[in-house]
Amino acid sequence: MAKQLMKGNEAIAEAAIRAGVEAYFGYPITPQTELLEYMSKRMPELGRVFLQAESEVAAINMVYGAACAGRRVMTSSSSPGISLMQEGLSYIAASNVPAVIVDVMRGGPGLGNIAPSQSDYFQMVKMAGHGDYKPIVLAPATVQEAVDLTVLAFDLAEQYRTIVTVLLDGMLGQMMEPVELPAMRALPATPPAWAITGAAGRAKNVVVPFRLQADELEALNFDLQRKIADIARREVRFKEYFIDGANADKVHGDRAELIVVAFGAAGRVALSAVKAARQQGIRVGLHRPITLSPFPDERLSQLADEARGFLVVEMNAGQMLEDVKLSVGGQAPVRFHGRMGGQVPMPDDIAQEIEKLDGMTSRPIDHKIEGPVVLRAAVGPARKPETGRN
Amino acid sequence: MMHYDFVFSGFGGQGVLFGSQLLAYAAMEAGLHVTWIPSYGPEMRGGTANCTVVISDEEIGAPLVRHPSAVVALNYPSVEKYEPQVAPGGLLLYNASLVLRPPTRVGIHCVPIPASDVAAELGNAKLLNMVMLGALLQITGVLPIGTVEQSLEAHLPARRRDMLEANKLALRRGAELAQEPLVAA
Amino acid sequence: MIPVEPFTEQVVFQRPRAMSATPTTYCPGCMHGVAHRLVAEAIDELGIRERAILVAPVGCSVFAYNYFEIDGVVAAHGRAPAVATGLKRTQPDKIVFTYQGDGDLASIGIAEILHAAGRGENLTVIFVNNAVYGMTGGQMAPTTLPGMKTTSSPLGRDTRTMGHPMKMCELLSQLDGAAFIARRSLHSPAEIRRAKKAIVEAFKTQMEGRGFSMVELLASCPTNWDMKPVDALKWIETHMVPIYPLGDYKTRVES
Repeated sequence: MAKQLMKGNEAIAEAAIRAGVEAYFGYPITPQTELLEYMSKRMPELGRVFLQAESEVAAINMVYGAACAGRRVMTSSSSPGISLMQEGLSYIAASNVPAVIVDVMRGGPGLGNIAPSQSDYFQMVKMAGHGDYKPIVLAPATVQEAVDLTVLAFDLAEQYRTIVTVLLDGMLGQMMEPVELPAMRALPATPPAWAITGAAGRAKNVVVPFRLQADELEALNFDLQRKIADIARREVRFKEYFIDGANADKVHGDRAELIVVAFGAAGRVALSAVKAARQQGIRVGLHRPITLSPFPDERLSQLADEARGFLVVEMNAGQMLEDVKLSVGGQAPVRFHGRMGGQVPMPDDIAQEIEKLDGMTSRPIDHKIEGPVVLRAAVGPARKPETGRN
Repeated sequence: MMHYDFVFSGFGGQGVLFGSQLLAYAAMEAGLHVTWIPSYGPEMRGGTANCTVVISDEEIGAPLVRHPSAVVALNYPSVEKYEPQVAPGGLLLYNASLVLRPPTRVGIHCVPIPASDVAAELGNAKLLNMVMLGALLQITGVLPIGTVEQSLEAHLPARRRDMLEANKLALRRGAELAQEPLVAA
Repeated sequence: MIPVEPFTEQVVFQRPRAMSATPTTYCPGCMHGVAHRLVAEAIDELGIRERAILVAPVGCSVFAYNYFEIDGVVAAHGRAPAVATGLKRTQPDKIVFTYQGDGDLASIGIAEILHAAGRGENLTVIFVNNAVYGMTGGQMAPTTLPGMKTTSSPLGRDTRTMGHPMKMCELLSQLDGAAFIARRSLHSPAEIRRAKKAIVEAFKTQMEGRGFSMVELLASCPTNWDMKPVDALKWIETHMVPIYPLGDYKTRVES
């Protein structure tokens, strides 16, 4: 199929339609409104359900209802709207029904602004509502990836009966890139056996997001945790540039010594910076997590065995940074470059940070910390003099 | 490696969106990597619109640039804003019909194109974006004019089909005007 | 051998098919059991048990799904009309109804109920109004009567600072999307029979695709009202009905 030039928001909408989304419920909010508008036109054309809800609170509960019906359903919003959806998300999680959420992040806190941001990492990756559970979170960095991950989101949601969030920022939502769209899928012939479709010729089905007895609720939580562990084992995804293997740089040797970690829009901006730094002879590579949940912690831990240092770049105050630090486990220094309030980091700023990291870690380093293993945590990372810091 | 980053800037209604999108379509249809991103959020003030187009033969990282290699400025506020931002040795192509105080920065190529006047001569003031795009293609060589004309045929909105030939003519007039050899100021 | 007289048994009263055999957890004298039974009888009579879907609220009737032999979902507090919208829009051939209390429907869920009615969402709402929050222990609800003492209005509801009763039938009947809006009471056998008819009519409204339907049922909460069940029923008649007049507030025939 020929490529098309599409805005991120519209490409996601069309990808969802081709993945067989049967119902869309949403509420207008910048910078995701094109997605809702696209759905308002296309879904009725195809005889599918589109409804503009009275609020994000209602929208997510309509999603819950349609998901209980066993239908492929989604909503989309942006940060303040996603905050309002947290209640419904928690019910969906407790009920083990599949749903796809698109969050086109904007600046916060409060009303914030409509400029791109990545400051929903905590609210979407760590929890998304009250209780103990984790949705799958997919973070595209290109419009094509947004399309591919939207299709994947529906597959994973149904396979694991879980919430899958496609987490992007206003920049990716608003920008256009060439995309190849997937073929139109057939809609599922019949809803799954657990669905709330009326008790015709079978015992009744119920969806109950509570367990009054503590032992029963703990059992439900154990089930959720087992599901999360299963997902973590099987669904970690990331993309690496100039680190090793097939991505290795032919000029600079087979392994990056410095690792930049960034996701989504920050990840693609960091790619430009990494390329520029490599032009300066710095052996630096980029690790771009695609699944923020499950997080690629094992891979980062593995990289930390040999890397001289890490630089985390985000459009927030350092949210994924915490997960990178946990993964690196003090084996190498981790620096951070973040912009907030809708500011997008620029490649030359990131390249400067890479140079600083290079400078502060350029002495030969023995990452092994002397002394008993039990003291490792207390001793902390092998800190280098931060000569490069302003 | 081929890598261009362009900024298109002007008043709303001057065709910034369509002009820059047409270039993005043409790059895509020429098999290149391309990103198009509009100004939105904090930059969207004072009625000026601007879009950034990055064209490359490899995967594009940042779709926004601090120092674009070329800026197409359709009005004076755009010249004022982008004159200091153009990359050293880069190009500032400006609509001389509306920009009465020419840019003076040393070390970049400042090229005046009387685009609004030419568009008026061609019978429609809205053609100024095509005049400027033609000049940009001529000077940078990013894509052949023929490729952009094909994209124009494919993407000119149905309600503007009657303007197809006029748009093509405007592209070519822009290219002609830009044929003078460039000398850095 | 003594010949055995032929004995035939005539069943004159039994549990509706749509009702389960599970004993309820409701307090003695609670009206939920009666309301449940009326709904189950209506479902049986209309022959819609196999396509009926219940959306239960948060409140005492959070357990309602246990007491019906039909598919059911428990919604978040106040969100039942939104959840029901998701179920109904994706399965227009099903009969979807919410069962909500007054705190759920008239307070936290006011936006959802108004917009479901405004959209003319083809749903049925069974609204049980007992003028207090039952499950949390008898706090003031939007429907609490002026002067009524509750655990969060211990000196009685002072309308100057705590507002006036929310009259949901009056409110919703103003919306063009509402097709059938009625208020009934459960304080006497005669009223209960009238309530049943209204519930049947509400389901019929949905079956015929006429739009949003709601039956408000005035009910007692002897536990939280601190009254004997019989006195509580009398109190509905003497105190609630004057504030919440019974009757049909909207009967739209066409869809």
